[in-house]
Amino acid sequence: MLQYIIRRILIAIPVLFGVTVLNFLIINLAPGNPVDMMVNPSATPAQLAATKHALGLDQPVWVQYWNWLVQLLHGNLGFSYSTREPVTQILMAHVGPTVLLMGVSLIVGYLIAIPLGIICARKQNSWIDYIVTGFSFFGISVPHFFLGLGVIYVFASKLLWFPTGSMNTLGGDGSFIDTFNHLVLPVLVLATGIGGNMVRYVRSSMLDVLGKDYLRTAKAKGLSQFLITNKHALRNSLIPIITVIGIDIPLLIGGAIVTEQVFQWPGLGLLTIQSITSRDYSTLMAINLLAACTVLFANLLTDILYAVADPRIRYD
Amino acid sequence: MSELLKVDKIKTEFQTDKGPVTSVDEVSFDLKEGETICLVGESGCGKSVTSLSIMHLLDRNGSVTEGSILFEDKDLAKATEAQMRKIRGNDISMIFQEPMTSLNPVLTIGDQLTEGIRLHMKYSKSEAKKYAIEMLKKVGIPRAEGIIDEYPHKLSGGMRQRVMIAMALSCKPKLLIADEPTTALDVTIQAQILELMKKLREESNTAIILITHDLGVVAEMADKVAVMYAGQVVEETDVYTLFDNPKHPYTLGLMESIPHITNPDDMRLTSIPGSVPSARNMPKGCRFYDRCPHAMERCLAEKPELKSIEDKQAHSIRCFLYENEEKDYEKKHAEKEVSS
Repeated sequence: MLQYIIRRILIAIPVLFGVTVLNFLIINLAPGNPVDMMVNPSATPAQLAATKHALGLDQPVWVQYWNWLVQLLHGNLGFSYSTREPVTQILMAHVGPTVLLMGVSLIVGYLIAIPLGIICARKQNSWIDYIVTGFSFFGISVPHFFLGLGVIYVFASKLLWFPTGSMNTLGGDGSFIDTFNHLVLPVLVLATGIGGNMVRYVRSSMLDVLGKDYLRTAKAKGLSQFLITNKHALRNSLIPIITVIGIDIPLLIGGAIVTEQVFQWPGLGLLTIQSITSRDYSTLMAINLLAACTVLFANLLTDILYAVADPRIRYD
Repeated sequence: MSELLKVDKIKTEFQTDKGPVTSVDEVSFDLKEGETICLVGESGCGKSVTSLSIMHLLDRNGSVTEGSILFEDKDLAKATEAQMRKIRGNDISMIFQEPMTSLNPVLTIGDQLTEGIRLHMKYSKSEAKKYAIEMLKKVGIPRAEGIIDEYPHKLSGGMRQRVMIAMALSCKPKLLIADEPTTALDVTIQAQILELMKKLREESNTAIILITHDLGVVAEMADKVAVMYAGQVVEETDVYTLFDNPKHPYTLGLMESIPHITNPDDMRLTSIPGSVPSARNMPKGCRFYDRCPHAMERCLAEKPELKSIEDKQAHSIRCFLYENEEKDYEKKHAEKEVSS
């Protein structure tokens, strides 16, 4: 197992290299450059050229990439072209809010979806199954910006129950309750989508398992229905559930771009949009790198969890 | 010996989109402590459904709608799910046909084995484990202390069936239902499993309902035999009478279709022509009418009942051919009751 993990981590290095090359090329293909976005419109062409030269932006793309890569290997992510702060510092400031928002959304979504999925499978084709399946379709189909604007209109603008956006009240104390109030609406939007998706996987995977012979064996032993469902059946339907969780984990970093925009949540999503509009190459590269690492980590974690959930899966 | 189980004219129906379908109809037999009855018949004749009916293990849409299943004088046909849970795995336990799929692949052998022991015998975790190892040794599993922590995929089919038997017998049930326990195993393993069941039966005096379509297994294991056809018992008697003196035309057909080592090389096996009527479309009269070489006109319209005849042992047949013998038996029986 340990050998397997080490092998997977070694494979991740060339993958990450490829990802950064592609990202760097694509970013540089986009029209415009950081200098156009950051300097005063009245600057002369000579001043622009001087700034570009100072930042190294007049060099060929591959030289720029090489410089970036060398700095990265020294642990330096560069500084932001627009705010002039070190990228590491900016990233640190934005990771927390996003992980908080997405973490809470994932947990809330799963806590609701997994039991509901089990109930739906146990009571297939009953009214509760139809209602839950209907809601899950709604959750998957409705775009986040639309649902986001909808809940802002109803709960923030009309009912005044929750704030319309941001993470803390401006000039407030930043207390837990304040953050919680700001969390409710974006979590509602995100958990609807995450939960809606999860319900369908749990339901179908449980349905697959519920007809199996070994559940009849369990029942023939005199076990209660609760134990049969939640011990014998659920453990066997974990593989698809783990797969979905593995796909969801990268959302912790990059999953809420639209929702963060709608709610002005000061996380990585908002940072991404700002960095794109200001052509802030160094910040974008750092966000991409972080996202790529998260995806690779989630994939590895998924494969390890497979082996934990199903003893027939072994990596030797 | 007293009656342990008395199944009386049970009818099992499945609710489907197209209305109820009767799978088992008027099945009766009884069983004493330590006795083994074999239910025989071809696929789809209702053997398994009968056994699942006793255990209340039918699908959600299947249930016993008529008749009674008296187990130690309690009617299981009317038992609630909570009552059944106390009986299942404790007083009555079951072994299934497919050892490869009957064990949960993600739980260890020990986990699955101790579950029932802890539930019914109220053993502590360590006691249960010790007892489980003992059970595994009893069913002939080598290295039981190691196997107990293994997952089922490490074991062969025969070993898994041994584990199933250990699991079924761990709470010392009074009745063991074995639904084709050897069908999925290869022949040498079949013989071992049957030997094991015989040995354990002698040790613990457990009554067994053995479901099979293999008359070789019947000869090996049974005290009594009930031959089933299209959801009904057509003949019931002890195993010697069945092989020496089978009466019902269906049983006769079955006997003739067995290859025998003394048969001449060029002899063709006979088969019963035609096929079983579908459960949706059962004939009103005798269900074997279409395929019976002795079919009479009245067999078409009138339903034969399962009745006893005078023979070496208790012997009942569902066929009009033996009507006279059945009447004789009734008369004698009535006289006996009057005189006593």
